[in-house]
Amino acid sequence: MDRYTEQRLFGALARASAALVVAVMVLVVAVTIVRGGIVFLTDPAIAITPPGSRYMLEGDGGFLHAVLGSIFIVGPATVVSMILAVSTAIYLQSDYSSERFSEVVNMFLNVLWGTPPIVYGVFVLTVIIAIGARTSLFFGIVAIAIFQYPIMTRYTDEALRSAPDTVKEATYGLGATRFETALMTLRAALPGIIAGIIMGFARGVGDAATVLFTAGRSTNMPGGPFEPATTLPVLIFDQAMSFNAEVRSHAYAASFVLIIVVLGLIVVSKLLAGRYARYTPGGRHS
Amino acid sequence: MGESMESQESNARGGRLGRRLRIERLSSYWLGGAGYFAIGLFVLIVMSLVYQSLPLLSEYSVVQMLTSSNWDPAQNEFGFMPAIVGTIYVTALSMLMGTPIAILAAIYLAEYAEGRLKTLVSSFIDVLAAIPSVIFGLVALIVVVPFVGNYLAPAVGSSATGLGIFTVSLVMAIVVTPFMISLSVESLEALPDELRETSLGVGATKWETIKLVLLRAAGPGIFSAILLGFGRVFGATIVPAMLIGGQTHVPSSPFATGQTLPTLIVNDFGELMSLPLTQSALIFVGLMLVVVVWLFNFAAMLVRRRLQRRWQY
Amino acid sequence: MTNAALTTENLAVTYTGNREVEAVKGVSLEFPENELTAIIGPSGCGKSTLLKSLNRLHEIQPNVEITGDVTLGGRSVYDTDEPVPELRKRIGYVPQKPTALPLSIYENVAYGLRIHGECESKAELDDRVESYLRKVNLWEEVEDRLDTPGAELSTGQIQRLCLARSLAVEPDVLLCDEVTSALDPISADQVEKTLESLKAEYTIVAVTHSMDQAKRLADEVVFLYLGELVEANDVRSFFENPQNERTREFVDGSRPVEDDDDSNSDSEPTTASVSPGR
Repeated sequence: MDRYTEQRLFGALARASAALVVAVMVLVVAVTIVRGGIVFLTDPAIAITPPGSRYMLEGDGGFLHAVLGSIFIVGPATVVSMILAVSTAIYLQSDYSSERFSEVVNMFLNVLWGTPPIVYGVFVLTVIIAIGARTSLFFGIVAIAIFQYPIMTRYTDEALRSAPDTVKEATYGLGATRFETALMTLRAALPGIIAGIIMGFARGVGDAATVLFTAGRSTNMPGGPFEPATTLPVLIFDQAMSFNAEVRSHAYAASFVLIIVVLGLIVVSKLLAGRYARYTPGGRHS
Repeated sequence: MGESMESQESNARGGRLGRRLRIERLSSYWLGGAGYFAIGLFVLIVMSLVYQSLPLLSEYSVVQMLTSSNWDPAQNEFGFMPAIVGTIYVTALSMLMGTPIAILAAIYLAEYAEGRLKTLVSSFIDVLAAIPSVIFGLVALIVVVPFVGNYLAPAVGSSATGLGIFTVSLVMAIVVTPFMISLSVESLEALPDELRETSLGVGATKWETIKLVLLRAAGPGIFSAILLGFGRVFGATIVPAMLIGGQTHVPSSPFATGQTLPTLIVNDFGELMSLPLTQSALIFVGLMLVVVVWLFNFAAMLVRRRLQRRWQY
Repeated sequence: MTNAALTTENLAVTYTGNREVEAVKGVSLEFPENELTAIIGPSGCGKSTLLKSLNRLHEIQPNVEITGDVTLGGRSVYDTDEPVPELRKRIGYVPQKPTALPLSIYENVAYGLRIHGECESKAELDDRVESYLRKVNLWEEVEDRLDTPGAELSTGQIQRLCLARSLAVEPDVLLCDEVTSALDPISADQVEKTLESLKAEYTIVAVTHSMDQAKRLADEVVFLYLGELVEANDVRSFFENPQNERTREFVDGSRPVEDDDDSNSDSEPTTASVSPGR
């Protein structure tokens, strides 16, 4: 093949691939929004109506239980995970850790980052078995928090590393302690950190595999931290497998709610990250 | 450092400085704890999974379980072969479909796209990466499943409901492609412009520059991207559980139904968890997932180092 | 016997990004064959831009507009059906930063030969690689480790490797962008010696920031200031008898560079011909 023909061929292939990916994304979002939107908008109250006693069988009532479950599980999980992730990320900076130590920890974080979410679910399950408890909202929180931890740590670590060195130098120069300096660096890297936490939050909201075995797949309203609960993704999973057409159509309504929330979070996170890249000297360019 | 801090602290005890130093000391304990958390968590996960897999491992030999294709927990038959074959099938097929598209799309974004179009396309890809996998599964149920069942499978002379290995692989390829794209774009864009100038400067075409120089120079990064994609397909739970058809037999064709390791856990969780050995078997599946992902991460690190040395610029 | 290999006619390059910058303003020049022309001037005066526009390498950046023309051997570089890679084969480019391709030492030199399909046999390729490595005085240093990655050489060696790679495709013109600026003095000296030995055979256009280097190496000197051509002359006349006031100041180094854009727009000629007297 002539080298200019090859050049044109692969240029076209590259364009076609990108177009294909974009087309698939448009298809997925459009199907979810149109199909789900129709169901949801004809009866928006299903998102704030508690499930009836035979909800999973006949679709009476709505899926408020899953909406609340998502809020009560992912909200606290994000807070816990954020505190841990920010602390870890601070400790990985050069003021606290040797390069070698942060390399080792980063290796473990990478492994955790790549660990399938279902493994976190199974792990929390082993803990539940070991202490003789039962699946509940609380263990859902634990599982989601563990799942979010490596994601948030990585984003925070990256944000802290690209904060300008001058902030550190200036703060140390005023006689600040390590901790006081760390707080100041956090401030400097705040937009990036918030973007990363929102990202972790969004991933937590969308994940089903971690909660599947830990929160209890309840079909009732959440009754307390140690009572079974469910989340939107788990509910959608269960609804989609239902034999009842009414229940299956609810799955699309629930997806509509879920995709709107997740897309909203991503947009906010991207806007923050973009701002952040622009204001940080030597920061990431896009 | 700790020692000098302490003596300073005793000098200034009770004063404002004393308080600050106390905060410094206490915070460093907390932060240090958090610093070891990742390691601790990993060790705890592995230990806990191993411990609860022991009941199974003490009864049956690992080799026998891994090679047996008879899975019937109610009868205490624990053959993992069907699920292992299913997982390998799905992983290989998705990577085969997803990787070339991902690399080409990354090349388009990093080397061809410009200006607003580039921003637009890359934000589309970011959005695709953020969509929860349960939504992919749901959309696939009304788009991919009928397509495969009514057109594709009959076209290749196979009769199927549309649920099965191929459907899962196709959807998983869609799920992982955006991840591979954004990581590959990152590593292509990190390359210095001199590499492009040098290659073009001796009369290489743009494609030759990409093929012979840029893909090598960005090779370690692209390799990591592919590996990340691999890990995600390998451990995917929700999409396979929704689309694979959940039948525990060694799949005979790409359009057959089957089982993957994660769907094994999903399908048999609940009804059979009350049996101690089944419980142990499902936890052992989790352990296998961790071990494989961990091994791959480690191998990837070695390969990446080699590539970095071989293809440095 | 003026024999211009490469000429520019009223060449202007404008960056049309967020804010419009005219980096090269209507420059007309002739680069004589088999001589080394040095382009000098304060940094940011458009030297690199001018150099890259000679073989259309600036086109890899977005938002660049060009007017005027460049001709090689009488044929236009811009207004042509010839694919750009063929053009760049005849007008080679060596970047400022020593850049080894992610290939072995051998493959770095063979790279251009392979893509252009120059060599029929492995033996021929071996010969060409060896001869060009010899030409840049690198052969003795690398002959026993041709298979190791190019990037493992020292920066000075890499820069000579770059020269060998560019020369291997046998260009008519070689564009060198401050090829010694990233090197330590000893390596810079070696690269300079290599250039010295090459200039009898090749038309070389070299951007340099060092007045001394221009004095040592160049046959012709072009002085660029804020994108405009101030003076172009043979090296003796340029340094001993500068025609232009600004050149004199720059050569003497008596005046720091200022950003007074308006002061040089009245009297300075924007076109000149290299060595009009010959």
